[in-house]
Amino acid sequence: MPRFEPRPEIDRVVLYTTPLLAVALTVVAGFFIFLAIGKDPLLTLYHFFISPVRDLYGLSELGVKAAPLILIATGLALGFRANVWNIGAEGQLTMGAIAGGGIALLFWNQEGFWILPLMCLAGIAGGMAYAAIPAFLKTRFGVNEILVSLMLTYVATLFLSVLVYGPWKDPQGFNFPQTRMFSASAQLPIILEYTRLHIGALVALAVAVAAWVIMSHTLIGLQIRTVGQAPRAAAFAGFDRNRTIWACLLASGGLAGLAGLFEVAGPIGQLIPILTPGYGFTAIIVAFLGRLHPIGIIFAGLLMALSYIGGENAQVEVGLPQAVTGVFQGLLLFFLLATDFLTRYRLRRPAAGTSRADARA
Amino acid sequence: MIVDILVTVIAAATPLLFAATGELVAERAGVLNLGVEGMMIVGAVAAFAVTLTTGSATLGIAAAALAGLVLALAFGVLTLTLLSNQVATGLALTIFGLGLSSLAGANFVGRPVAKLPELDIAGLSDLPVLGPLLFGHDVLVYLAVAATFGVAWFLKYARAGMILRAVGENADSAHAIGYDVIRVRYMAVLFGGAMAGLGGAFLSLSYTPMWIEGMTAGRGWIALALVVFASWRPLRVLAGAYLFGGVTILQLYAQGAGGIGIPTQFLSMLPYLATILVLTLIAAGRGRRLDAPAGLGKPFRAAG
Repeated sequence: MPRFEPRPEIDRVVLYTTPLLAVALTVVAGFFIFLAIGKDPLLTLYHFFISPVRDLYGLSELGVKAAPLILIATGLALGFRANVWNIGAEGQLTMGAIAGGGIALLFWNQEGFWILPLMCLAGIAGGMAYAAIPAFLKTRFGVNEILVSLMLTYVATLFLSVLVYGPWKDPQGFNFPQTRMFSASAQLPIILEYTRLHIGALVALAVAVAAWVIMSHTLIGLQIRTVGQAPRAAAFAGFDRNRTIWACLLASGGLAGLAGLFEVAGPIGQLIPILTPGYGFTAIIVAFLGRLHPIGIIFAGLLMALSYIGGENAQVEVGLPQAVTGVFQGLLLFFLLATDFLTRYRLRRPAAGTSRADARA
Repeated sequence: MIVDILVTVIAAATPLLFAATGELVAERAGVLNLGVEGMMIVGAVAAFAVTLTTGSATLGIAAAALAGLVLALAFGVLTLTLLSNQVATGLALTIFGLGLSSLAGANFVGRPVAKLPELDIAGLSDLPVLGPLLFGHDVLVYLAVAATFGVAWFLKYARAGMILRAVGENADSAHAIGYDVIRVRYMAVLFGGAMAGLGGAFLSLSYTPMWIEGMTAGRGWIALALVVFASWRPLRVLAGAYLFGGVTILQLYAQGAGGIGIPTQFLSMLPYLATILVLTLIAAGRGRRLDAPAGLGKPFRAAG
């Protein structure tokens, strides 16, 4: 049994290379999973990871799916750094989509440049308002935000279902549970012709970069990091823990709401009972895979987007069950958390006097 | 009518009771496992698949416990040996479990399985009121209640139970006295996994009984809330599980009664909203002090 000793400080090189190691381990695990369910592993891996992105359309789809993941994960990462665990991004996304989509439906027969910005504001406000519930309960009563935000996700999905099966159902929709299609003024502009890549992808990039600047160069960024890493030091520095909780939940809720609005005003174009394949939960993995760092999150978001597209592609090409995507995502997070160990511990070196632990002994 | 309702309440409470009692033991040892939902659903699919292919419900139930245990073992290796973040690892377990269960269960969707047989004691089971309430359930219902009482006794009176609590309250002191903290925590986590698996088995073999993707529908999370609700005491988990079972059944009956004029989805929200309400009342009633084990969620690594 090899013995490990704590590293004096987290090794930066290891910190940023372990995600790659985790990805490699996931691919190896995928190889054996495919083998186990009777698929040609190499061919399946090819259709999962390579063939979906061999043309411009495939790459544009990567952007379409990465945009919401990056937006949500950037917000969540702020909270995770401060030990604020918003697990209900899927619910905040749904509420943002409902609020923003409601504006689109309100003005369904009107045109105007002002409709889309108004929808975006409503989307952000919807997500923020929904995240304010766990923020209020946490700061006022000390209720666990994990459980509250998660329970609210189920409630939001049911609320959306009330609307699309009931009052918001398209009167000309042959009784399908969906709203009217949004008008042209209520749909996001496409930035690449003949694809679905919309302006939301650029917004997601801009938000990630902005979050980077905020986290590394402003007082609020320092406050978030300190509250998470050294709560006592934060208290001595006068950083208010409750204000940090509110800030993190409102920011992540607002970004999730905006992501939800982008989905309904972009690829979907209307409200339907199920808006995403679980972006709000996958974004949690994205945040960790990206090392809670906005730039890392951009890459992690693209990779997770690939897992969705690859899953769909492999389903068409080799009949792979769609659930494999979820298994892959879970495995990836497992491997990442396991390899995390290497950032904090290292193999004990046999030579004496090379480390502090040995010096002490 | 009332008796019928109470019988269904007991059924609705049983999966929660299994999962919450298991999680309670893990948390009393100081480990917060948010993967209950994932362990539960993998237990559900394992129980269903094995019962359907072997024809033996006993094997199915054993498979469910084993499946939950294996997932819990993965959680243990990550959080206890590799010292990963417990919150993140628990979430990973849930995401993985949901994916794995729908992958493994793809071939079993829509297929029927015989419901677990119910106890039938000549004379007793035919009694009015008491018969169906006390003597008309399947083996898992009794097992869940027995396990809860067993855990209550274990934590209070057994020597091993006291060691477990010591480890959960203050791992460093327990280690200093000479207890193997990591071993105790592994045991507690594995027990929690097996119990969550059994809760899943009850869903797919008795409550529904069939395999539906995502059939746990948040019950694992409600079980986590129940542990808080019960302030980490097993017998209060029992009360809480029946209370939540009651809320679940209440909304089903309200839906059946024509929905009393409101969309059924609003009624389906009730268990989730009730969870939030209860958590808030508990927290507000007791201030910031929730009686949580002092070492809950704190990783431990023996020095040297």
